[in-house]
Amino acid sequence: MSMLAQIAYDATSKAEAQAITASGYAGLAYGLATLGPGIGIGYLVGQSVQAMARQPEAAGMVRTTMFLGIAFTEALALIGFVVFILLKFV
Amino acid sequence: MIFGLEFPPIENLVEWPNVFGPEGSWYGFNKIALINFVALAATTVLFLVAGRSKGLVPKGARNLVESGVAFIRDGIIMETVGKDGIRYLPYLVSLFFFIFITNIFEVIPFFHMPGNARMAGPAVLALITWVYFIAVGLKHQGLKYFWNSVAPPGVPKALLPLVIPIELLSTFIVRPFSLAVRLFANMLAGHILLVTFSVLCITLFSATLLALVLPFSFAMLVGLTGFEIMVAFLQAYIFTILAAVYIGSSMHAEH
Repeated sequence: MSMLAQIAYDATSKAEAQAITASGYAGLAYGLATLGPGIGIGYLVGQSVQAMARQPEAAGMVRTTMFLGIAFTEALALIGFVVFILLKFV
Repeated sequence: MIFGLEFPPIENLVEWPNVFGPEGSWYGFNKIALINFVALAATTVLFLVAGRSKGLVPKGARNLVESGVAFIRDGIIMETVGKDGIRYLPYLVSLFFFIFITNIFEVIPFFHMPGNARMAGPAVLALITWVYFIAVGLKHQGLKYFWNSVAPPGVPKALLPLVIPIELLSTFIVRPFSLAVRLFANMLAGHILLVTFSVLCITLFSATLLALVLPFSFAMLVGLTGFEIMVAFLQAYIFTILAAVYIGSSMHAEH
């Protein structure tokens, strides 16, 4: 398998190989950018659901604050997505 | 080329040729501009029609607009700012409806492009919001607003050199930037998802053996369309709620 990959790598031109490496790194960058926000949003929503279950009359307030927190946490993942687009296509 | 299926490059998804005017000029008019104008006209007409209707019981357009206004008043302003924020209701309502209508063009046939998937639209909306919350701060606190927003009261004097740059950056630079990027990236990601599955459906239609995957791809497309309607609403909601929080935070000094 690695021999095949080596042959394919030798067959491509230098610019193509660079483009392939760049898209690989772009994918890696986006993958890394999802980790933190994923954990963060999971923890945040879990805690909010717990709060709503414990005190249903405060559900409206908790929900609004939850969306705020999600918006702030999600921003990092979205910046990662924009960086991915910039690395891959610009 | 993946498995002999051809996918278009990303430029085809978001770049539209001008209807008139040369490329790159300020008066060039393309699909995004058309969507923005249609959304502007739709928002205006919706509110004019709703405002014209008479009678005690709301129905039709007035029903929709009244529930929207009540949602923003009770669900956003009362929860984040409080009673003082009611006077900023008109700005937030128009923001919400405009963003929602530009977003929903993502699933409207023949348009199939969210107006906010290009950076210019969200950037302008974020800039307007930025100017708006600074103006509200200046109106309520005078020139002390800038000092209050960079140095929250209660911070020890020794920590001020550390706190001031952080607060300056987060209040006046990161806020508008993250507002714009959040809306833009969400809509672009949704658009790319929908395009991926539509293109997959079209290419699989003419494929031979791989056509077996077509039903799954189509089911995914239908499901994602529903998901994107939710995202269009949610992003308008989040943009509005963040604008309300920023306006509320500049009305009173933090304590």
